Amino acid sequence: MYSLVIDIIKVIVIASAVLTLIPVLIWWERKGAAYIQDRRGPNRANIFGIRLGGLIHNIADVFKLLFKEDIIPQQAHKLIYLIAPIIVMGVAVSTLAVIPFTAPVKLGDFVIKMQIADLNVGIIYILAIASLGVYGVILAGWSSNNVYSLFGGLRSSAQMISYEVAMGLALLSVIMSSGTVRLDEIAALQGINILEWNFIRQPLAFILFLTCLFAETNRNPFDLPEGESELVAGYHTEYSSMKFALFFMAEYAHIIVGSMILVSLFFGGWQIPFLSTEFMHDNMNALLKLALPVVSVSSIAAGVLLMRRTKKFGWGDARDFEPLVFGLPAVIFGFIIGIAAVFSIYLNEYAVSIITAAAQGAIFLVKTLFFCWLFIWVRWTLPRFRYDQLMKLGWQIMVPLALINIIITGIVISR
Amino acid sequence: METIFADRKEILEKALFLRDKEKFDFMMDLCGVDYLGCARERFEVVYHLFSSANNKRLRIKVKVPENNPEVQSVSSVWKAANWFERECFDLFGIKFSGHPDLKRILLFEEFVGHPLRKDYPIDKRQSIPTPVDLRKNNREGFWINFGPSHPATHGTFRLMLKLDGEKIEDAIPEIGYLHRCFEKEAEDHNYAQVIPYTDRLNYCSSLMNNVGYSMAVEKLMGIKIPERAKYIRVLISELSRIIDHLIAIGTNVVDMGGLTNYWYTFNVRELIYDWIEKICGARLTTNYTRIGGVMRDIPAETFKYIPWVLKKLDRAISDVTGLLVKNRIFLDRTRFIGAISAEDAASFGYTGPCLRAAGVAYDVRKAFPYYHYDEFDWDVPIGENGDTYDRIMVRFEEMRQSARIINQVLEKMPGGPIMTGDYRAALPPKASVYSTIEGLMNHFKLIMHGMTPPAGEVYSFTEGANGELGFYIVSDGGPKPYRIKVRPPCFAIYQAYPELIKGHMIADAVAVMGSLNVIAGELDR
Repeated sequence: MYSLVIDIIKVIVIASAVLTLIPVLIWWERKGAAYIQDRRGPNRANIFGIRLGGLIHNIADVFKLLFKEDIIPQQAHKLIYLIAPIIVMGVAVSTLAVIPFTAPVKLGDFVIKMQIADLNVGIIYILAIASLGVYGVILAGWSSNNVYSLFGGLRSSAQMISYEVAMGLALLSVIMSSGTVRLDEIAALQGINILEWNFIRQPLAFILFLTCLFAETNRNPFDLPEGESELVAGYHTEYSSMKFALFFMAEYAHIIVGSMILVSLFFGGWQIPFLSTEFMHDNMNALLKLALPVVSVSSIAAGVLLMRRTKKFGWGDARDFEPLVFGLPAVIFGFIIGIAAVFSIYLNEYAVSIITAAAQGAIFLVKTLFFCWLFIWVRWTLPRFRYDQLMKLGWQIMVPLALINIIITGIVISR
Repeated sequence: METIFADRKEILEKALFLRDKEKFDFMMDLCGVDYLGCARERFEVVYHLFSSANNKRLRIKVKVPENNPEVQSVSSVWKAANWFERECFDLFGIKFSGHPDLKRILLFEEFVGHPLRKDYPIDKRQSIPTPVDLRKNNREGFWINFGPSHPATHGTFRLMLKLDGEKIEDAIPEIGYLHRCFEKEAEDHNYAQVIPYTDRLNYCSSLMNNVGYSMAVEKLMGIKIPERAKYIRVLISELSRIIDHLIAIGTNVVDMGGLTNYWYTFNVRELIYDWIEKICGARLTTNYTRIGGVMRDIPAETFKYIPWVLKKLDRAISDVTGLLVKNRIFLDRTRFIGAISAEDAASFGYTGPCLRAAGVAYDVRKAFPYYHYDEFDWDVPIGENGDTYDRIMVRFEEMRQSARIINQVLEKMPGGPIMTGDYRAALPPKASVYSTIEGLMNHFKLIMHGMTPPAGEVYSFTEGANGELGFYIVSDGGPKPYRIKVRPPCFAIYQAYPELIKGHMIADAVAVMGSLNVIAGELDR
C-alpha cells in the first residue's frame, strides 16, 4: 500500500515534469532556431505586456489549438484516426517509466528507487515500447485517407523499423560491456569518472545510437515522414486542433525521453562528475558551506543584472517591468540561500538524502537539456536525406558498423 | 534582325535545314499575330531563332489564312516548339499539323474561342473551369496529384506523377493557373501603361522586366536614353539578378530541408528591398523605368549603401556555401540529379543559369551586349553536368559577378539627366509646359494620346534572372501596341521538367523544381 502511494506520486511528479518540459523545449526550439537564423523569434504574445522572451507564446498556441475546429475527414477511418495520436503520445511518454533520475534515495530504512517502474528488463522494455510508436504514425497515415499522409506513414514505418535494427545492435554492445540490461545499473556502473562513461568506452555505439535516435524521433535530417516540402506535412496532414497538438507534443516528448535514455546509457545518467553519492551524503554539510554562498551571490547578481533592465526601453506600459518577473524572485531566492548559508543550518540525514538526490536530478536534467539542444541545433543546420539514401545509410552503413562494434566488444570483454 | 518568309507547308523542311546546315540550334520564341483586316492572310506565325555557333538571330514569318489555319509543326526539330505551339494554338486557334499533343496550355479545356484574336472582346467573361484529370487514358499505376497548391511549387502549377514506390515513372505538368492575359491586356493599354504589368511577370526581379520592356519600346521608337539612365538600369538589373538568385537558392535549399540558409539569403534580399523602396516607393511591384529613362534618380546614399550591402551579400554567400558545399547530404541530393545535356538544353530553349549550368557559355550580356555590359569586367560562370548542383553553384557565382559589375557601375556612374529629351516619349519640363506652346503641345499629346511608335516590329531581349527575357512588339503606328509577346525564360525551362525528373524520386522532383526557379507569374503571364 505504502509503495503504491509512492509509485503514484512518482508517476505524477515525473510525468508532469516531462510534460512541462515540452513547452519549454518548443520555446527553446523557436528561440534557438531564430538565433541560428539571425532573427528574433517569438516576442509578441503577452499577458499584460509580460512576454518572458516569447515563452508566453506557447500559452497562445495552446489556446489556439484547444479552440480550433477539430476536423475529421469524411473518408477517414474514424476510430483509427482518433487512436493514432493517442498511441504516438502514449508511447513517447511511457518510455519514461524505466529511466532512473537519481541514485536510490535512502530515507532511514526505506530505499526509494527513483524510477517509476523498476523493471529488470530495462533496455528491452525501451526497445519494445519505442517500436510500438510506428503504429501510431502508420495508422495516422493510413486512416487519413490521403495519399500524402499514406506516403508519410509508409516512409516512417520503413525508417523506424530499419533504424530500430541498428539501434538495438548498438545497444547490444553497451549491454555486453555493462553486463546488465537494467538502466539504473548501467547508469550506476559508469561511476563518477568521466573517462569511464560509456560514450568513451563505446564511442561507436554512442554515435550509432545518437543517429538512430534522430531517425526514431523523425527529426531533421531524418524528417522524411513529415517532409513538408514534399509531403505537405506527411502523416499528420489531415490532423487539426488538439489531435495535431498531440503529434506535435509527442515529437518533443520523444526528444526529451530519447535524450534521457542517451544520458542514462552513455553519459553516466545522474552521476555528478567526481562526486559520488556516498561522498555527497557524508559531506553534505561541508559541501553546502561551500556551495550556498556561491549560489546565493550568483543568484543575487543575476537578479540584479536582470532588474537593471527595468524601464530601460521606456515602453511606458507593463513591458517596462518585465525583467522583474524573473529578476525579483532570483534576488529573493539568493537572499534566502544567503541567510541559510550565514546561519549554517545543520541538516539531518533525511534532508541530506533529499538534497543529494535533487543535485543528481538537476545534473541529469542539465545533461538531458544539452542533448535536447543538440537535436535543435542539428535540425536547423542540415538538409534532409532522400528516402533511398536514408535506407542505404541505415542498412548498409549503420547495421554493419553496429555488428562490427559488437564483435569488437565481444573480443575486448572476453579477454 | 534578318527576317525571312516561309510557306506554311514547307516550314518543317526549312526548319530542319536551318538547324542542321545553318546551325540555328535554339528556337527562342514562337508566336502568332492576328492581322485582322490588315492583310490578305489573317494570321502570321513568327519564329525567332538563334544560332549559338554564329551568334546570329533570325526571324521567320509564316503567313496563315483564316479559313484553314494550319501550319506544319516544328516540334520535332526543336523540343522547345512543343509548348510554344500549344500556346499559339490556345491563344490564336492556329493548328500545327504533326504536333504530338496539341491542346490548350494556358487556358482551360472548356474555354470558348481564342482570346488573342482581335475579334475576341476583351471584356468577355467565361465560366470557371472544373479540374481535369490529366492522365487521359493511361490510368494504371499509382498516380499522385502534386499541386496546384503544394508547398514545394512556390506558385501554382500542377503536376501529376505516376509513381513506383517513391520513383517517378511519368509526370504530366499543367500550367496556366496564374494566367491573367498579360498580352491581351497590353493590347488594350498604351505603351506607358504596360510597364506596371511587366512587374508581375517575374515578381522576384520585377525591375529587370521593367528594363526589358522599356528597352524594347525604345528600340521600336529609336530613342536614345541618357548615359546615367543606362548605368542606373544596369545597376537595378544586377541587383534584381542578385535578389532573384537569392530567393531561388534559399527556397531550393528549404525544399531540401535546410531551412537556415533561407534566412541568410533573405536578410540580404531585405536590405536590397529597402533600397528599392527608396528609389520607387514600392518593394515588389516597382514600376520604376520609364520609356526613355527611369522614373526618379537614385538616392545619394546609394554609393555608400550598396557597397555595404554587397559586403553583406559576400558574407551571406560564404555562410550558405559553408553550410552546403561540403555537406554530404546536400551533395548526394543534388549531384547528377535532374541533369540535362547541353544539346537537350539548347533544343528545349534553355537560357540563363540553367543553360550555363549545362556548360553552354551563352549570356545575352556577353553575346549581344546592351547598356555597356561589354565595358565592364566580369565573367560568365558555367557548370559541367547541368544538374541541380551546377544550377545552384552557377547562381552563386553569378551573384558574385553581378556584385563585381555593380561595383564598377557605381564607380563609373556618370552625371546628367535620367530621362531622354525626346518628347515623343518624355514629358517636357513643367516650366516649358507653362511658358511655351511646344511644351504645352507635347505635354498634351503625350498625356492625351500616349506615345505613338512608328509602325513596325521589334524583338528585343535582355538577360533576365532566369534567362533570355524577350519582348516581341508589333506596332501599327497607333498609341496602343498591336501585339506584345513576352518570351518568358521559365516557359522553355519548365517544359523540360518532366524529362528531368523521370526516374528520380519525389524528393528529387522537389529539389529540381526549386533549382529551375520556375516563377509562375512569368510562366503563365
